[in-house]
Amino acid sequence: MPIQFYDQQVSSRFLIGTALYPSPSIMLDAIKASGSDIVTVSLRRESGKEQAGQNFWSYIKETGAKILPNTAGCKTVKEAVTTAHMAREVFETPWVKLEVIGEDDSLQPDVFGLVEAAKILTEDGFQVFPYTTEDLVVAEKLIAAGCEVLMPWGAPIGSGRGLNNVYGLRSLRAHFPKVPLIVDAGIGLPSHAAAAMELGYDAVLLNTAVAKAGDPVIMAKAFAMAIESGHLSYVADPIEKRDMAAPSTPVAGLPFWNQEHA
Amino acid sequence: MNLTLNGEAIITKTSTLAALLDEQGYGDAKVATAVNGTLAPASFRGATELTDGDAIEVVAPMQGG
Repeated sequence: MPIQFYDQQVSSRFLIGTALYPSPSIMLDAIKASGSDIVTVSLRRESGKEQAGQNFWSYIKETGAKILPNTAGCKTVKEAVTTAHMAREVFETPWVKLEVIGEDDSLQPDVFGLVEAAKILTEDGFQVFPYTTEDLVVAEKLIAAGCEVLMPWGAPIGSGRGLNNVYGLRSLRAHFPKVPLIVDAGIGLPSHAAAAMELGYDAVLLNTAVAKAGDPVIMAKAFAMAIESGHLSYVADPIEKRDMAAPSTPVAGLPFWNQEHA
Repeated sequence: MNLTLNGEAIITKTSTLAALLDEQGYGDAKVATAVNGTLAPASFRGATELTDGDAIEVVAPMQGG
């Protein structure tokens, strides 16, 4: 079942990052194993002598994936907006994963700056994927600013803690049933990703959990399967939990049954 | 003219952004540029006059999450 982000349809619900891999070839193999249609990239200062970014770009083009540039590391609205403009020029896409970082230890979004930057960028024709928290009011303001996708964190970037606030994420899903929601950041295990999808999230974006795994290629496959599995589970409408047992094997016709069983 | 290029002080005899990129060896590299914190689009680099003290950023694709 395809999913749509702005005017683009993709088939995979797994968005994968391109950082921290042991080598470019392992990165490419991991992206392939992930089945992802969208990869995140960044912009960094380029030296005229070394031109490291040019090599990286040649690898990324090989993937054939859609590019989602980020504004990682930006701490002010101006930095984020200028970085988004530079990304649009380099990557030739209106998409931007908008990050305005507010705190160094948690890399928590500065949601006030995020909303302000999102408004500026959407008015300028960008299609913004905001990296946000699970806060409902912030989500409302991002949507009012023109965002058609929201990307709440699962946990702090790179922490591998999974879904820190399941209640908050479930509430966000319930409040915005039609807005594509992507859990972005903090995922450590495939089971975390599956849990996000079982909540009804549309997709998961992660990087570190694959790139820093002992075998990134196998882990990419594991995440792909978990994300697909979690999504199918949500679609299939799981049973409710109950406190007491309920036999799955029919009781009627049980051999040796007598009144003592009643 | 004294400029800052990607955070480092440089001295250049060039007067436009396009000439500066050429002088610094960027050639046809896929880069984006900003002057004093504002995008300087590629199509305007030839017409972008630099002035003493300008801060230039030149960025390229890099790994990201």
